[in-house]
Amino acid sequence: MSDLTLSDVTQNYYDVLREIGNIGAGNAMTALSQMLGCKIDMGVPQVDLLDFSDVGTAIGGEEQIMVGVFLGVEGDITGSMLFLVEQKSAKYLINKVMMGMGDPGEEFTEMELSAMQEVGNIITGAYLNSLSTLTNLKIYPSPPALTVDMAGAILSVPAIEFGIYGDQILMIQSKFFDEVQIDGYFILVPDVESYKKILTSLGLPV
Amino acid sequence: MSEIIKVGMADLKTCLPPNGITTLGLGSCVGIALRDKNNKVGGLAHIMLPDSTVIANQTNVAKFADTGIMELLKQMEKLGAVKRNIVVKIAGGATMFAMSSRTNLNVGERNVEAVKAKLKELGIPILAEDTGLNYGRTVIFYPETGDYVIKAVGKPEKVI
Repeated sequence: MSDLTLSDVTQNYYDVLREIGNIGAGNAMTALSQMLGCKIDMGVPQVDLLDFSDVGTAIGGEEQIMVGVFLGVEGDITGSMLFLVEQKSAKYLINKVMMGMGDPGEEFTEMELSAMQEVGNIITGAYLNSLSTLTNLKIYPSPPALTVDMAGAILSVPAIEFGIYGDQILMIQSKFFDEVQIDGYFILVPDVESYKKILTSLGLPV
Repeated sequence: MSEIIKVGMADLKTCLPPNGITTLGLGSCVGIALRDKNNKVGGLAHIMLPDSTVIANQTNVAKFADTGIMELLKQMEKLGAVKRNIVVKIAGGATMFAMSSRTNLNVGERNVEAVKAKLKELGIPILAEDTGLNYGRTVIFYPETGDYVIKAVGKPEKVI
């Protein structure tokens, strides 16, 4: 079996990866909507092979302020998982999780950030668990790390991982939203060598 | 009329006054602003990784500290910049997430070190820097004055 490069990841594979995004994000959404006690919708997942110069604009502008929860993915496959929520949405989401006890100001308190980190942990866990069940691969998330910063700066973290291999990044991206104002993204960025494992485990000839 | 030229991730461009040059949302990457202090030819490189020599089949020179600085210098020299008159300001190289990366531990820090090493080798003096820590930066550089404006979330804008 030859090495799979990013340029070999053709349209057929995109469909499979999109389905992975669909199942993963679907499970994560179920976890989130149970936690919040409200309905959450999800857009059709996107699989994009992006040039680095386009990474920042992939989710609404490099300077868009987002709350980002980052987890390293280890085990049979490796990569990164990001849970990104726009600042105002994050505030709303946290307030809901904290049963209305959130701080009314624009800034985040320690307690709120901690709550957000835990939300990110639980729902990305749901995402990765379903991926693990589907592929029969061992997938272990690292403990989560959180930051509030510009989208471009946050997305540079997985981009740098890809910079070692080439000039593009492959992202499996799912957008979610509710009727009011929760708006965010799951982004799974498997390392280059993990694609072959994911596709093979699903019975695709690679 | 002046405009602001935009530089993307793993990208570099030159800039002449009265224009400015910017790159948005620098994380662990480093924004290197070069300027000929006599004729004011400027340029900005947004590098992602420290060292091109350890990585096979790379094609984009702007991605690395070493090759990025060399390429920007070359392009500026074409516009009339003279190496001995060139000075530099640098920003970025943050650690966005504690433990954020497995294969690229402390890549922000290593990027800054690699940039400094290359500049030292070339004898280009660093006039100012705003590097490290744990937050992203948007930078705008004006070759006319040499001002390097740095914006970060929840922090006052500063000029180095």
